[in-house]
Amino acid sequence: MAEKTLLKGNIALAQGAIAAGCRYYFGYPITPQNDIPEYLSAELPKIGGTFIQAESELASINMVMGASAAGARVMTSSSGPGISLMQEGMSYMAGSELPALVVNVMRVGPGLGGIAPTQGDYFQATRGGGHGDYFNIVLAPASVQEMFGLAIKAFDLSDKYRNPAMILCDAVLGQMKEPVILEERGAEAPPARPWALTGAKGRKPQFLKTLYLSDGEQEAHNLELKGKYDLLRKEDVLFEGKGLDDSEVVIVAFGTVSRIVKTAIQMAGDEGIRVGLIRPITLFPFPAEVVRRTAKKIRRVLVVEMNTGQMVEDVRLSIEDKVKLRFYGRPGGGIPTPEDVLREIKVTLDEKGF
Amino acid sequence: MKKVFSRPKSLVDCQTHFCPGCTHGTAHRLVADAIDHFGVREKTIGVSGVGCAVFMYDYFAFDAIEAPHGRAPAVATGIKRVHPDKIVFTYQGDGDLASIGTSEIIHTANRGESITVIFINNTVYGMTGGQMAPTTLLGQKTTTTPYGRNFRNDGYPIRMAEMLATLEGVAYSTRVSMHNAKEVLKAKKAVRKAFEMQIADMGLTFVELLSACHTNWRVKPLEGQKRVEEEMIPYFTLGVFKERKEKDFL
Repeated sequence: MAEKTLLKGNIALAQGAIAAGCRYYFGYPITPQNDIPEYLSAELPKIGGTFIQAESELASINMVMGASAAGARVMTSSSGPGISLMQEGMSYMAGSELPALVVNVMRVGPGLGGIAPTQGDYFQATRGGGHGDYFNIVLAPASVQEMFGLAIKAFDLSDKYRNPAMILCDAVLGQMKEPVILEERGAEAPPARPWALTGAKGRKPQFLKTLYLSDGEQEAHNLELKGKYDLLRKEDVLFEGKGLDDSEVVIVAFGTVSRIVKTAIQMAGDEGIRVGLIRPITLFPFPAEVVRRTAKKIRRVLVVEMNTGQMVEDVRLSIEDKVKLRFYGRPGGGIPTPEDVLREIKVTLDEKGF
Repeated sequence: MKKVFSRPKSLVDCQTHFCPGCTHGTAHRLVADAIDHFGVREKTIGVSGVGCAVFMYDYFAFDAIEAPHGRAPAVATGIKRVHPDKIVFTYQGDGDLASIGTSEIIHTANRGESITVIFINNTVYGMTGGQMAPTTLLGQKTTTTPYGRNFRNDGYPIRMAEMLATLEGVAYSTRVSMHNAKEVLKAKKAVRKAFEMQIADMGLTFVELLSACHTNWRVKPLEGQKRVEEEMIPYFTLGVFKERKEKDFL
């Protein structure tokens, strides 16, 4: 039995990155994710890695792009305003098919906002965020254990698809401490990167680019990228499902708020109300199929988010019009209580709630 | 017969997209010459900026990547930190380096990254059709300064080689011209020195090359070279602004 360690979420994530073989970090300070660069600035030099505090998030993501192009496992982390600046680089990385991990410990917005927990960057994360026709791989942990484990998973998926991956979390997950089992990384080593820029020794010169001007060239490139997103939707959807066969209502919730929802589900159970849960772990690809199947059976769906309604759009797209769908959310750092969610469960069960 | 002149191995045998008479081709050749001279083609990684400089990977016979506009020095930083033994350089125009990318070039220089920066100053945005660049001379007409650049509205032409020379991390900062054969030979020496100092891991090396853009200046090629000599050089003084002699500088 592996030993448990009490760790802060941000530190667990940084340790997960190191366990995944990441040796390069480029970033710029912003609350509430500063534990990640602070920890890595101390640890990476000890293991032959490199840490640079860049002059901006623009520079950070472009250093990440360079290190990835050079063949390294590399990451950055930030929060809302900084993630917005990184969208340029992420678009270029998706276009030139470069893997890397970008962590967004979300803060409220729009604008500078505050550092309170939120899920307001769901759209930005899952719709690509930058310009052009692309998606990020987006993973949403809900515990400190997952901050560690999904960091590793994000690197693996990012390499598998040669596409940037994002961990989307918030200050609750970043700052709280929980016991974690720091499992050794499995046999899955970072895959070879024959496309990396290492100098044209004994081979033809290689290049990485995003500019396609010849007739049809860009369209072919976009369709190739689409092929990867289709494969992601087919092969790498992750979710946690509970009570999906015999519940009266199913809740869809991710990340921090899913923990509150679980408490509310217990409270409902105590009152004899059976409530199921779908917790998307991959936000892109969204677990549309399980949502569709479950909603078809249970007919009543409640979406709970810490925003004014973002993931609810993906749920709506996944289900038939006849399914009763209700949304409950609190934006701007407001955190629903289990009692709030229990009340919403009851409204969802009441015909007058629609 | 003894061969006295040939295409550098680092230069691909192809037609470029550059306008006839453009000195980008000359600058490409100088870079290829230096890389051949030091025998480092197989360990060179180039980073191109956005603008006329973007198609570098079609013309050079070594690995290359296209950076977002202005970010080439940050991309080069990432590459060099992963491969400290490789020769890494950026090739950027004046819109790319001296406008949108000032933050990246200044901080990359300030960190003393061992990379070489080739900077083409032709006082205009070339690929987008001749708009004002940060290097556009006062009074110069462009498509966005139709009445001529006016310092009250547009500020002054920026001197990058001098500015960068003030930074501790810079090992070499020079401005050269390509308007005639004599100056091209001087430019060749400067580009070689920049790569030589990178190979010696001395810090960031910066070569600003004054270049003509007769297409967007709306002049004939030879008139363009004359303008470099008569209008650009009086403002953009040629010379070495910094040259570190020792590897350890502080």
